[in-house]
Amino acid sequence: MWEYTEKVREHFFNPRNAGAIEGANGVGDVGSIKCGDALRLMLKVEPATDIILEASFQTFGCGSAIASSSALTEIIKGKTLDDALKVTNQDIADYLDGLPPEKMHCSVMGREALQAAIANYRGEAWSDDHEEGALICKCFAIDAVMIEDVVRANGLISVEQVTNYTKAGGSCASCHEGIEEILAKVCAEKPSHVNQAAPACATQGPSAKSPATAATKTGLTNYQRIRKVEDTLEAIRPQLQRDHGDLELIEVQGKKIYINLVGACAGCMMEHATMGGIQAKLCEALGELVTVLPARELAKELARAG
Amino acid sequence: MEPTHSPIYLDNNATTQVDPAVVEAMLPFFTEHFGNPSSIHAFGAQVGKALKTARAQVQALLGAEHDSEIIFTSCGTESDSTAILSALKAQPERRVVITTAVEHPAILTLCEWLEKEDYVVHRLPVDKKGRIDLDQYKSLLAPNVAIVSAMWANNETGTLFPVDEMAEMAHEAGVMFHTDAVQAVGKIPIDLKNTKIDMLSLSGHKLHAPKGVGVLYLRRGCRFRPLFRGGHQERGRRAGTENSAGIVALGKASELAMANIGHENTVVKRLRDKLERGILAKVPHAFATGDLLYRLPNTSNIAFEYIEGEGILLLLNKLGIAASSGSACTSGSLEPSHVMRAMGIPYTAAHGTIRFSLSRYTTEAEIDRVIAAVPPIAAQLRKLSPYWSGNAPVKNPEQAFAPAYA
Repeated sequence: MWEYTEKVREHFFNPRNAGAIEGANGVGDVGSIKCGDALRLMLKVEPATDIILEASFQTFGCGSAIASSSALTEIIKGKTLDDALKVTNQDIADYLDGLPPEKMHCSVMGREALQAAIANYRGEAWSDDHEEGALICKCFAIDAVMIEDVVRANGLISVEQVTNYTKAGGSCASCHEGIEEILAKVCAEKPSHVNQAAPACATQGPSAKSPATAATKTGLTNYQRIRKVEDTLEAIRPQLQRDHGDLELIEVQGKKIYINLVGACAGCMMEHATMGGIQAKLCEALGELVTVLPARELAKELARAG
Repeated sequence: MEPTHSPIYLDNNATTQVDPAVVEAMLPFFTEHFGNPSSIHAFGAQVGKALKTARAQVQALLGAEHDSEIIFTSCGTESDSTAILSALKAQPERRVVITTAVEHPAILTLCEWLEKEDYVVHRLPVDKKGRIDLDQYKSLLAPNVAIVSAMWANNETGTLFPVDEMAEMAHEAGVMFHTDAVQAVGKIPIDLKNTKIDMLSLSGHKLHAPKGVGVLYLRRGCRFRPLFRGGHQERGRRAGTENSAGIVALGKASELAMANIGHENTVVKRLRDKLERGILAKVPHAFATGDLLYRLPNTSNIAFEYIEGEGILLLLNKLGIAASSGSACTSGSLEPSHVMRAMGIPYTAAHGTIRFSLSRYTTEAEIDRVIAAVPPIAAQLRKLSPYWSGNAPVKNPEQAFAPAYA
């Protein structure tokens, strides 16, 4: 079951302002009975000051829907309509010390009921622009229409990108197959020469990262990361110099860092141990696993590639 | 703590308490009898012997003709997948599957995937009481059908499908028949040797054995392709070192289930009926769902109109009563149970369905407490409902409250 905060539980077990208000002059009905969550918000507004004197709710829905409704009425009572409209769904969730991610839509429903009730009071039409599609991401309540629109508008090609743009797939990951199908569908609409599918292997795995983006996981840019490598090596050099040796940094390619041991270090019997020590220091400084290799390995690799 | 506050577990269709005798039977297989039954030495031989006993115990419960028809698996879902995928692999020229709209996700989700793989799936609809139309079923049986899969008992309502008859009809048409009997085994008498059922799935934790062990019954002579390859275990039909403790436990649980089948259909059934009648007598605008005359003896599914199930469960839980709901919120999906939708239960009632599922441990005193607890909870939540006013639903509820989709 859900892990509700004490505050959510308390507002569910003892809801504030439940029931109808006599003489309400602003009413907002929102929600979806199909989805099992619907809310009627009733306001009694003082026309001279636009202050909400009373607010109450009737909710058909789960524990968090009832708690969110209760919280909303407590938050807006005594506010002017303009101030009340500044209340966000996050404010409702915060008032309850947070809601489980799968239940955030309850707070969204609260905010929409508020907009609808105020529009009703002002004699304005309020309509929701929500276009209903098959629900893909259950954690964040993102439907297929939304994902498809965002994929098409932004030319997205991977599940990771879809998550970054819409949050869909960002929690339990069980909808990744569904997102992949949408990507495939949108991708198939494009002329074939621009078709590009993201690789099926895990793109977050360290080995799959290209050298240019390898640093992002540590939170450093490529430049910052190389500077860190340099700084770390600078700190090591005095020790080598004491033994009449030295080192130079030749190349950083993703997880492979190529260095040249020079002076007394070159050809030293302890070269392997020295490299190992440098590697340990670099791993520690960068917060990631890297391999330190002698520069001659780089030359061999280039020869193979060429 | 007051005795009246001891917890009451009425969610036995979700999972059951492992019987203490079952725990006792399985424990030595974690300690002194840890051997691999495939080994030639004494450590292995002891375990091999225990598996043989367990197989015979399950065979007896199912009324299977041969003990080799029992294949131990890890769970009901594995058995379901194995059965359907085997039928498709073994008969590649047949690309159609017949099932029902109210199956467990173990079947329905697999079928959705099969459709993506270009198989054709027919889902038999059900009527308001959750019953299929046998004429419609018969019309679908054809030489291109690889397998029929129909549940013996529905997990939400307890409604029983006439699987004996359905299997006969499939057999006449030359079509394999599988039944997901996860909810039925141990609650109603089963005698497979006198049916035409080719395959049957069962799950240990639904009948007082632990989680992690299940069975696929496979009639001798039924063509089969394993899901797992890689070992000779279960006669090559399910590779992987046996879960010996779990299998021994399931054997013991089967023996106990057989001994208690009379109790299930008398004492448990009477308590279920008392619970259902007691609640419906005191709560207006509530009704029992499913085929009330032809259902499991332990299950009662009650729809409370105009309120939502999660709220009911939270308030019941506060009183130490455990049940479950077909509401969207409790499952983490946004739609109410597919079983309720298939039966045409309106959304205002489907979201408020509560399943009470009893076991042989359920007592009369517990049932009395639940009967007393439910009516005030329904009243309390209805006070908050936009469909409710005073002591009754508002007039024309669907029109009186028609929210904008948010």
